[in-house]
Amino acid sequence: MEYEAVIGLEVHAQLLTKSKIFCGCPTEFGADPNVNTCPVCLGMPGVLPVLNGKVVEFAVKTGLALHCEIAGHSVFARKNYFYPDLPKGYQISQYELPLATGGYLDVEVDGQERRIGITRIHLEEDAGKLMHEIEGTVTGYSYVDFNRTGVPLLEIVSEPDIRSGEEARIYLQTLRTILRYLDVCDGNMEEGSLRCDANVSVRPRGENRYGTRTEVKNMNSFRFVREALDYEINRQINVLESGESVAQETRLWDTGQGMTISMRGKEEAHDYRYFPDPDLVPLKLETAWIEIVKRSLPELPQEKKERFVRDYSIPRYDSDVLTSSKALADYFEACVGEFPQPKIVSNWIMGEVLRMLKRDSGEIEECPITPHQLAELFQLLEKGTISGKIAKQVFEEMYTTGSSAGEIVRSQGLEQVSDETELEKVIARIVAENPETVAKYRSGKTKVLGFLVGQVMKETKGKANPEIVNRILQGKLTS
Amino acid sequence: MQLHTLTIHEAHEQLKKKALSSQELTQSFLKRIEEVEARVKAYITLTPEQALEDAKEADRMIARGEMTALTGIPLAIKDVICTKGIATTCASKILGKFVPFYDATIYRRLKTAGAVTLGKANMDEFAMGSSTENSSFGPTRNPWDLSTIPGGSSGGSAAAVAADECIASLGTDTGGSIRQPASCCGIVGLKPTYGRVSRFGLIAFGSSLDQIGPLTKDVRDAALMMNVIAGYDPKDTTSVNTGVPDYTAFLKDDLAGVTIGVPREYFVAGIEAEVDTAVREAIEALKDLGANAVEISLPHTDYALSVYYLIAPAEASSNLARYDGVKYGFRSSDKGDLLNMYKRSRSEGFGPEVKRRIMLGTYALSAGYYDAYYKKASQVRTLIKKDFEKAFQTCDVIVTPTAPTPAFRIGEKIADPLQMYNSDVFTIPVNLAGIPASSIPCGFSSAGLPIGLQIIGGHFSEGKIMQVAHAYEQQTGWHKKRPLL
Repeated sequence: MEYEAVIGLEVHAQLLTKSKIFCGCPTEFGADPNVNTCPVCLGMPGVLPVLNGKVVEFAVKTGLALHCEIAGHSVFARKNYFYPDLPKGYQISQYELPLATGGYLDVEVDGQERRIGITRIHLEEDAGKLMHEIEGTVTGYSYVDFNRTGVPLLEIVSEPDIRSGEEARIYLQTLRTILRYLDVCDGNMEEGSLRCDANVSVRPRGENRYGTRTEVKNMNSFRFVREALDYEINRQINVLESGESVAQETRLWDTGQGMTISMRGKEEAHDYRYFPDPDLVPLKLETAWIEIVKRSLPELPQEKKERFVRDYSIPRYDSDVLTSSKALADYFEACVGEFPQPKIVSNWIMGEVLRMLKRDSGEIEECPITPHQLAELFQLLEKGTISGKIAKQVFEEMYTTGSSAGEIVRSQGLEQVSDETELEKVIARIVAENPETVAKYRSGKTKVLGFLVGQVMKETKGKANPEIVNRILQGKLTS
Repeated sequence: MQLHTLTIHEAHEQLKKKALSSQELTQSFLKRIEEVEARVKAYITLTPEQALEDAKEADRMIARGEMTALTGIPLAIKDVICTKGIATTCASKILGKFVPFYDATIYRRLKTAGAVTLGKANMDEFAMGSSTENSSFGPTRNPWDLSTIPGGSSGGSAAAVAADECIASLGTDTGGSIRQPASCCGIVGLKPTYGRVSRFGLIAFGSSLDQIGPLTKDVRDAALMMNVIAGYDPKDTTSVNTGVPDYTAFLKDDLAGVTIGVPREYFVAGIEAEVDTAVREAIEALKDLGANAVEISLPHTDYALSVYYLIAPAEASSNLARYDGVKYGFRSSDKGDLLNMYKRSRSEGFGPEVKRRIMLGTYALSAGYYDAYYKKASQVRTLIKKDFEKAFQTCDVIVTPTAPTPAFRIGEKIADPLQMYNSDVFTIPVNLAGIPASSIPCGFSSAGLPIGLQIIGGHFSEGKIMQVAHAYEQQTGWHKKRPLL
């Protein structure tokens, strides 16, 4: 039988606000344990939450970018459960009336555009972190770090529109790009600022009803999302094929073993006893304010990609790569602004710039060469001051030292030699020193011209203008 | 002159004239506490050193000419309000030796105004109860008859005022916990409009119902306390950002043009005859002062108790989840694994009434029951609110008995929760509606126990309530009666 997978993703994105969602504590990562805390995020007796306005703005931006309807009236709810990393014994979240509903995200899978529905987006607070060992030693005690408690999270829930592990990966990656464009989340899956759980089921192709689903957790990279979901889809198909039925349960992706493992069954599922949080008044958003936020949205990846193809006449592939992050796209546009030959700029960025950054595992934001400096290099190339070969050498020097192209070319005497009298002298010498090769050429084996050009280049340390060398050399050999 | 019998405004005059220092005044209260506290047991924690420090600072403020109406005034604070550096117990074993490292906004305001803290007043555990018998520190006794309860949950706060163990106190009211003890102890208690007074630092019981308010010897004192504690607090987003009037400006002697509503649903079977009589006489007295009385109906009154006992425990079950033995307070010595630590710590740390309400609330919020209980209760709550809104179209204030009976004997109702819950039948609807109400003395039973008159107003009409209460009080003088201890 042929099966179809049905996948819905629940993505948690940590918002990049400076302070926590319900108190003024900083959200910075990597501080000493429990430094970024106060009575409110520690859940001390008698304290009350106060909603951070910036968090709402970030959430609304995301909702609008995902074509959602923003609720004029949404409500915070308490999700009740006991765990030592949850100081109040409940998490403040949204339940019945979330901030945004009914959007979508278009993704491209194998060249085909697919529209994945967004069910809802809501705000909630993160929990703390348990540490069962200190500096690698198990002490018999567990420790709690509340620095992360109250860091704002956005939960983005998709419709069950995803059909494969690869599609899930692409959805997540596309979503991440948007979050980063909006500057609301850094999208770092390894550090946990972007997390993803999936609801997965399979059904015979053509069937309309859903199969029993499992929830898959602990997929902390894009690759693991694809691998875990493909594994889980196959596992469920095998269960059904063997005549058994899929159990409704929560499963964890085990990276080491490359498989999902049962964590808890339906019977052990929590009853969270959600109810509206009486400490927070309903969140009211005015249409006019939502409009202001809408107007402040940056150009999003999809629009930018199309504009690049249209305005810069670069191939779709180039546009895809250049718009994969807003910073990279900005870098490209800044270069083109000073050196209006988009395809040359695109080739250099996709080639040399990204190659060097990849070597150093760096992001475009960390590129030591400014767009202005890169444009200067292009201008030297364009004017014929340096050759293409030397340009690559100069580029590496710029990348390493941070110096400008002009300085490097000047201080190292790398200007291209186009002075014909000077080149004539060198060529005359090469011709004189290689009588056999010259004879070969004259007997019709014109391929040897390359060798002679190479000798001239060697003699001039690569600075000779190859066009001029070719012309003079050919003239000498045929005369 | 016995200094401990002074009201806030009387003491203020003396302090202002420098006929008296706050240190002398405070000393006299410490002496009074020494004499009567062993019998009344109004306090959980006494802070004499703090009080004398506060008094010294108050005297300096007065000397500098920075006096406020509360400067140098010795107060008791209900032990559910967080006081930095002073143990805050909620009368519960589960908070152990918890000492907050932050102040409740209201406590901070009192300190800034120069008030003196005598100590933390006894209460029912987590403010759950109507008799102060549910205190893990033992019950407080009613100064009018030491064998009876002082009401609850702010029983310690009320008894301390009635026994002259402080000039005034702060209580909290979730379903009647200021008004019913004020009624039992023959003093003035005011529950402000929900949102009028900051809840930051008030340890939550039912977050959508809780309000802090004053317990005082007369209405003017309540107005003076309200002038300090009322107002918006950015740390409490349920507090309302509207201006605070000078409440003393409402205190006039006549009631010409005021219409009082008398709800027929509040004069029914279950109300004790002496209470009924006293309240009806009070209504006559209000008419004599120029008020116009009309009969009104609050048709959903009957549902209030049931609605309250779903909503308040539901919120409490969540509010009290943080007491888990992990971070502060009590942890059972029988720890075992995590689940066992939770179970043992909470089983040993909470008293029976608190556990009962946590169970009630957990049940009401559970999957499959939420719609039938919590949600339905919330809907009926809206109907109760609308009853009042409608009533206030035809009257300015509503008068009712505060409680169906005067104070009952210690131990009399403790084994019968439903009978105990009935003590708040007249006060609970007010919390559900979020409106303000006061209880003032309106007579005595044949056994010599005080009877309270409840005056209810619309949202933010504390001034109107105080106007009626003050005129009545000045006319009748019930508030001047003091228990003999």
